[in-house]
Amino acid sequence: MRGREMHWIRIDRYYDTGLKTQEDTPAENPELANPQTFFQPVPCQQCENAPCEQVCPVGATVHSAEGLNDMVYNRCIGTRYCSNNCPYKVRRFNFLRFQDWETPSLKLMRNPEVTIRSRGVMEKCTYCVQRINNVRITAEKEGENGASRGIRDGEIVTACEQACPSEAIVFGDANNPNNRVSKLRAQQRNYNLLGELNARPRTTYLGAVRNPHPDLAGPEKKEPA
Amino acid sequence: MSAGDTHVNSPEIQRLARVIEPGHSYATVTDKIASIVLTRPTSLGWLAGFSIAFTLMMVLMGSIAWLVTKGVGIWGINIPIGWGFAIVNFVWWIGIGHAGTLISAILFLLNQKWRTSINRFAEAMTLFAVACAGIFPLIHTGRPWMAYYMFPYPSTMGIWPQFRSPLIWDVFAVSTYGTVSALFWFVGLIPDLATLRDRATNKAAQIIYGMLAMGWRGSARHWHRYQSAYLLLAGLATPLVLSVHSVISFDFSIAIVPGWHTTVFPPYFVAGAIYSGFAMVLTIAIPLRKAYDLEDFITMRHLENMAKVMLATGLIVAYGYFFEFFMSLYSGNKFDVFLVQQRLHGPYSSYYYALILCNILTPQVLWFQKMRTNVAVLFVMSLVINVGMWLERFVIVVISLTRDFMPSAWGRYQPTFWDWSTFIGTLGLFVSLLFLFVRALPAISIAEMRELVHTSEDHE
Repeated sequence: MRGREMHWIRIDRYYDTGLKTQEDTPAENPELANPQTFFQPVPCQQCENAPCEQVCPVGATVHSAEGLNDMVYNRCIGTRYCSNNCPYKVRRFNFLRFQDWETPSLKLMRNPEVTIRSRGVMEKCTYCVQRINNVRITAEKEGENGASRGIRDGEIVTACEQACPSEAIVFGDANNPNNRVSKLRAQQRNYNLLGELNARPRTTYLGAVRNPHPDLAGPEKKEPA
Repeated sequence: MSAGDTHVNSPEIQRLARVIEPGHSYATVTDKIASIVLTRPTSLGWLAGFSIAFTLMMVLMGSIAWLVTKGVGIWGINIPIGWGFAIVNFVWWIGIGHAGTLISAILFLLNQKWRTSINRFAEAMTLFAVACAGIFPLIHTGRPWMAYYMFPYPSTMGIWPQFRSPLIWDVFAVSTYGTVSALFWFVGLIPDLATLRDRATNKAAQIIYGMLAMGWRGSARHWHRYQSAYLLLAGLATPLVLSVHSVISFDFSIAIVPGWHTTVFPPYFVAGAIYSGFAMVLTIAIPLRKAYDLEDFITMRHLENMAKVMLATGLIVAYGYFFEFFMSLYSGNKFDVFLVQQRLHGPYSSYYYALILCNILTPQVLWFQKMRTNVAVLFVMSLVINVGMWLERFVIVVISLTRDFMPSAWGRYQPTFWDWSTFIGTLGLFVSLLFLFVRALPAISIAEMRELVHTSEDHE
């Protein structure tokens, strides 16, 4: 694959053996056999102060009024500078023409609301901008006197949110304090990934709090944060 | 002039101080330089050298054709290493060009007589290096046919380039640099082109040189205007020596990647550019003076002075390396500290040690005059520094990207055949252009060398 896989949501895995350094972990160490595992899905963080936007020479990645970090595929010339400057490295590039454009039967398979990927163009998670726009259009149609009725909380369901069986992903308008997402973000265990870089990512995470029975705790030795 | 002190009578000192060997008159200078172009038969060596270089240039053409057909995926770049050989080569070539501009513009303004015999081919080297460099930003994009989006043209879409991006600054810096260098070079050539026009016996040569000479008759009025124009162009080119590579370094220092985000980059890149540029001038000058018996004009003083410039700029570069490390450690930023550890102990540490060996340790032999006046040592040293400066860019551009913030997104870089063929192909393009230049244009400025004859006779 040579770092060219095209998924937009990377699942990061981390392992904790409770040991501090690599020198402490000889291969036969029994603690290595059963480390505590963590994982974290990392899509585009949709940064407020996005490092990628500042370096694109042609303005192919820009901010929308709603705060999305939009990717304009047909403006992208493929310098890959945005990816280099992305601290999360969540952008994906079409190094070659990965998509089969010729086979007719495949054309029916594709989502008509999403741009077909083409060679030399950068891609990333869009927060499912096509679903956002569908809901916005519906809200405008159902509004009165030409005004939108407003998008209800939970009305927009992103693909990852829809697919997640444990409902760990929540999407909504963070500007409205009564929304689900705002309430979750108000919790103390809410944190930014690499927050010290001041990219101000809009995707935030909730720290997992674990409190297992001591006999079942396994290799976990430290207090959960 | 080094005259005025007591050691000036020593024959050895005098030999090393000459910018032109004694015994030359206006006629011999003109004959010697013009004959390379006009009367000497094309030698077998030239043909052999040009054939090799031309073959490599065709490798470049083939590589670019395959790149456009398939996409940049034929190279070793990936996510997270979005920039590979293309950007390394771009920075390296642009850097090489800087010595030519320094010699022709800054040393001219400083009235350094030793620049005279090397400025013409050093400027040609600048132009050809910029030509090689200019290929890379274009072809490294995913869609090179859309690269014109980077120019601020009146678009019907009403979209401008994104002026906060250093890549747009590059577009302006490099295009200005190319334009000014070409103008400066051409203006300097006009009196010599007229000399060639007057001396050519071949009708076609007379017409071509005649058109290029733009009606030069050598009147006092011509000379007066020519000298004002040349001075003005030297003034215009001077800031470019500092600005162009500073702007190139912004590509990295503006970004947030550890190993790129460093304020020392602009001065350190400029010093590195001049360092590698003088190395390249030596790489060209030493075979050139040998092949065309130009030891009278490109004297030991020239070679020694260039070696001194390399030593000085090499020390500035060493200072840059030191402070890059010091500031990373002093900052206490864990990513920067980690970068230092990676440079010294990471999977690519051998490149870093090779770079230190080539750029800092080996050139210290230039402290000794014996070494600075040994042509073989200088030639080897110039090649070592060229390699070292290429490694420097490789370490900065590629290795910084392999391990940045998130361990889950770390990667490795492996150049492919096409990476190498494109790089070697630009070497072929560069050398081909140099061969053509030496054969078709005076490699040393005839008009300016005539001025030196006058001063050297006064002196003797």
